[in-house]
Amino acid sequence: MTKLPRWADVVLVPLICLIIAFAFSAILIAAIGQSPAHAIWIMIDGSLGSTYGLGYTLYFATNFIFTGLAVSIAFQASLFNIGGEGQATLGGLGTALACLLIPWPHWSLALMASILASAAFGAAWALLPAWLQARRGSHIVITTMMFNFIAYALMNYVLVNILRPQGSMDPATARFPVTVNLPKLGDILGVVGIPFSSKNPANISFLIAIALAFAVWVLLWHTRLGYALRAFGKQEKAAIYAGIDPVRITIYALLLSGGISGLMAINAVQGAAHRLVLNSVEGAGFIGIAVALMGRNHPFGIVLASLLFGFLYQGGTQLALGTTIPREVITVLQALVILFTGALPYMVQRPLEALFARLARKEAA
Amino acid sequence: MAQATTGGRQATAAPLSPYAIELKGISKSFGPVRANRDINIAVPRGTIHGIIGENGAGKSTLMSILYGFYRADAGTILINGHETAIPDSQSAIRAGIGMVFQHFKLVQNFTVLENVILGAEDGALLNTSLARARKVLGELSREYDLDVDPDALVEDLSVGHQQRVEILKALYRQADILILDEPTGVLTPEEADHLFRILQGLKDQGKTVILITHKLREIMAVTDNVSVMRRGTMVGTVKTSQTSPEALAELMVGRKVLLEVEKKPAAPGRLVLDVRDLRVKDDAGVERLKGISLSIRAGEILGIAGVAGNGQSELLEALGGIADATGHVVMNGVELPLAGRRNNGQTRRAAGISHVPEDRQSLGLIMDFTAWENIGFGYHNAPEYQRNALLMNNAALRADTERKMATFDVRPPIPTLAAKSFSGGNQQKIVVAREIERNPDLLLVGQPTRGVDIGAIEFIHKQILGLRDAGKAILLVSVELDEIMGLADRILVMFDGRIMGERDPEKTNERELGLLMAGITETKGA
Amino acid sequence: MTLMKRLLGATAVLALGTVAAVADPAIIYDLGGKNDKSFNEAAFNGAERWAKETGGTYKELEMQNEAQREQALRQLAEAGANPIVMTGFAFGDTLNAVAPDYPDTKFAIIDMVVDQPNVKSVVFTEDQGSYLVGLMAGMASKTGTVGFVGGMDIPLIRRFGCGYAQGVLAANPNAKVVLNMTGTDPSAWNNPVKGAEIAKSQQAQGADVIYAAAGGTGVGVLQAAADMGILSIGVDSNQNYLHPGQVLTSMMKRVDNAVYEAFKEGTDLKAGINVMDLAAGGVDYALDENNAPLVTPEMKAAVEEAKAKIISGEIKVHDYMSDNTCPAATF
Repeated sequence: MTKLPRWADVVLVPLICLIIAFAFSAILIAAIGQSPAHAIWIMIDGSLGSTYGLGYTLYFATNFIFTGLAVSIAFQASLFNIGGEGQATLGGLGTALACLLIPWPHWSLALMASILASAAFGAAWALLPAWLQARRGSHIVITTMMFNFIAYALMNYVLVNILRPQGSMDPATARFPVTVNLPKLGDILGVVGIPFSSKNPANISFLIAIALAFAVWVLLWHTRLGYALRAFGKQEKAAIYAGIDPVRITIYALLLSGGISGLMAINAVQGAAHRLVLNSVEGAGFIGIAVALMGRNHPFGIVLASLLFGFLYQGGTQLALGTTIPREVITVLQALVILFTGALPYMVQRPLEALFARLARKEAA
Repeated sequence: MAQATTGGRQATAAPLSPYAIELKGISKSFGPVRANRDINIAVPRGTIHGIIGENGAGKSTLMSILYGFYRADAGTILINGHETAIPDSQSAIRAGIGMVFQHFKLVQNFTVLENVILGAEDGALLNTSLARARKVLGELSREYDLDVDPDALVEDLSVGHQQRVEILKALYRQADILILDEPTGVLTPEEADHLFRILQGLKDQGKTVILITHKLREIMAVTDNVSVMRRGTMVGTVKTSQTSPEALAELMVGRKVLLEVEKKPAAPGRLVLDVRDLRVKDDAGVERLKGISLSIRAGEILGIAGVAGNGQSELLEALGGIADATGHVVMNGVELPLAGRRNNGQTRRAAGISHVPEDRQSLGLIMDFTAWENIGFGYHNAPEYQRNALLMNNAALRADTERKMATFDVRPPIPTLAAKSFSGGNQQKIVVAREIERNPDLLLVGQPTRGVDIGAIEFIHKQILGLRDAGKAILLVSVELDEIMGLADRILVMFDGRIMGERDPEKTNERELGLLMAGITETKGA
Repeated sequence: MTLMKRLLGATAVLALGTVAAVADPAIIYDLGGKNDKSFNEAAFNGAERWAKETGGTYKELEMQNEAQREQALRQLAEAGANPIVMTGFAFGDTLNAVAPDYPDTKFAIIDMVVDQPNVKSVVFTEDQGSYLVGLMAGMASKTGTVGFVGGMDIPLIRRFGCGYAQGVLAANPNAKVVLNMTGTDPSAWNNPVKGAEIAKSQQAQGADVIYAAAGGTGVGVLQAAADMGILSIGVDSNQNYLHPGQVLTSMMKRVDNAVYEAFKEGTDLKAGINVMDLAAGGVDYALDENNAPLVTPEMKAAVEEAKAKIISGEIKVHDYMSDNTCPAATF
């Protein structure tokens, strides 16, 4: 029951987890005959050592902030939305339609349109599972999972049969007009005099994601809806006593979750790829679950966890580029970090608590 | 330190100390909360020692330290005069300490025998353990009048029998010191009497019993000595024969306590609530409320007496907008919706109904929420808690919480503490403060003082009476007859979803009510 | 500010530093990975052949996700790799955007046309090769029913299926072609279990020859066919050896040749579209000691005749991707 000081809980525990993860990774790398120090240095330098690498890190992190927030907002209402993948896929469709159908004179207008479209498409994709859960008691885990598959199939049909330009064999839309391309993070920072590389996909969506994290925090802890949502998530029976409508809260929570998942598309589709490809989400919807868990369902924690995952993704790419470590081993390294930081913090917490208790006793003595 | 006496038992094996347990200078803090401060206590061997105190006084923390659940920040534990470290419950068991918790730790679909040996199996084969345990269990049962069928499934046993299994578990592990935490909270009066006989038997066999309770009657009935705790400190240990309930209550609370509330005669006014033919079915379609009709006037308390599970909960839920019902409920002349989307807690609150639910931990509070969030619970849409159309005014809610905590003497008065960190009595005060302070026309109250300590009981009763005297209508549901008799202006007795009859508390007695509660309508003069 | 300058400086250093600065050629495999026994592995074999013959070294990369494509291209280009070869149409769009930034670097892309002055686009006429193996399937089938297992349902794979169906019908106008796709997402390239299931279901519908154009999924199709004692047809690499005597033939798509040629041309890589058709030896059917007993003299004569007629233009195989329709089959 002894509680750790807050700083230790928030900073020290993840840090120790990270160090343990790196230690295991080092053993693994050494076992395949590579230099662990070199590999870890490449990961760190390649993802944080330059604004070029940092841009990639931030680009990946942006995706995870969106999907992590989406998962967490449903978690707060005790709903396990694992349909982020499908909702983000549909968000991509919304973004693509917004960018392709209307000849926008300026990116800012296109951005507003695609924000609305991606959120609406993502939310719409969560609506039916939400309704089924709220009214019919069909379990959300099953339905959202199934809707991921339906989303893949739908996207395949739409891209292959409708949106694919004639003569192209890539199941993807045409490139969006240049006018809808979002400003790069490097360009934005350049305006305020901070030199930052523009040769990476980091774009204004990162700032939108940060703003959204703040907005989610306000929503959860400073609005009636957030209050009702959290109360419902903690104790459903008590929420009913308080007059909170379980059907409405379930639907609202999942609409919000789906909408935020959908917003991921402004980063991945409009901000980076400039076109909609078949697999535009690439598992970020599932990574969002890990991010939300690691971030303890708090927007601030989710931003931090997303940065860590962004680092892992970019670091992994750099490992592939800079060493001959096989792709499969890189995946294992990434999994190790997720395992230790996400799933095993309690392993570290207990001994650390004992240590703190002993220190406190010594001090008192 | 108050003087403690040695028990009547002759020491044969030359123990070093006449005390089974001595605690010296025990302190324990949880963050800002100092649960135990420099506690000293000595329990003579072969006695029943009561530890009494209000909820939150630190009794449970102290026993958890003794049983190895918590580690004390400071202090030493002596068992039979030997200094003993108890880092976990296994060490406690080795030191001869057995614990019977308020909430039993039994595997429901195991037999009594299986539960008893669970965790104490010896040998690889279960059969030998079971055979040995059966023999030992038989001896123990006879010796201590702990009559339980070893092959019965725990889930089929009554609460009182389950408790005996817990005691048997401890004895099977050769406990010499038995700690019981609020053992009578879940028992009927008859079961409680049986338990006390068992404890007496244990004492006669030389065992040491520590009884943690907040019920003065039990302390007076069975203990030899009693230690009183208040706000984390030990305020005194006295011989039971040399004290009185009033003196103990004063020690516990730190001031004089009125054990019976003073009540002015009621002055019923206009009709506030009129209920006609109210019926509720449960999820399985079984009718739980079979046509209830009642009415409450302003300025009166209508008490609902009955054994738990006879429809009282359904009555409260139907009136509180939690469950769907059929029939008619007219509040201040307006008919309330009993089903559909308009039937919810929000519309009830808007109609002037406040509700202190029977189960504060699963209904009345969100245990993980802070106190200030809980003060807004159910009223989170109230205009005074809003900053604008979009945002809530958390600062206003927090300020309101501070005010209410002060008025209702909630301890500790920290609005940012989670509800689960408060003691039961203080949790209930938060709920009562929230509901009464809305100044409702009708207050629904279920089991207002269940698991609440004396000081808080007195306080809550005063608040309910105050609301009545302010001309409000109150529906009081309680399984405690004392409470109903003391507070209600009229008493309805419920049995099997029906009202068995109405009685005037001044003109009835526990026996008459008890028969009604059992579903027996007595003919006058019989 | 100095820190920022250092960071900026590091950008350039990183780009050069992460990948050893060499003028070696490089190859990037698509998401399927280089050990897929099929498409990417063919490319790997071509690169290895070049390395053995010339004693040179090359840099290779396997993609993990979409966002890595551009990053990989840029970093390899900045590190001086030349030429850079990539397998799979999915690189097309990225390459189109990146190639103009590195005019001195030569790129080659397989299965896709990218119209840039420094890009060589290598495409194959899978419809022609599939026609040939379809013809053989139609002749070998005793039931008059043959199967086709595609990977991911995309136009490229429909081109395989369409050419195959035309060949089958040329051999037996009354034949029935059962067409199935493994899936609609990229996992369809690497799902041998599902491939085996589809093969079993096709066998149940009467198919006794099954053509798998499904990357790693095809391994499962071939295995299931062998287990059921029916014939199968491999794809991309020569897969006859996987189950000797039970694989009728393989539709060889000489990705290995394309990679080998590109590496060999080196920095002198000729830009433009390079159609590897039947005439150029880009596609063909496989005949070796593993399947020799299965190919009857008549079959061999017929397929050689068709091959000649396709090369001469006498037989026109309809290309699904020219108009997204197929006269011989419906998808």
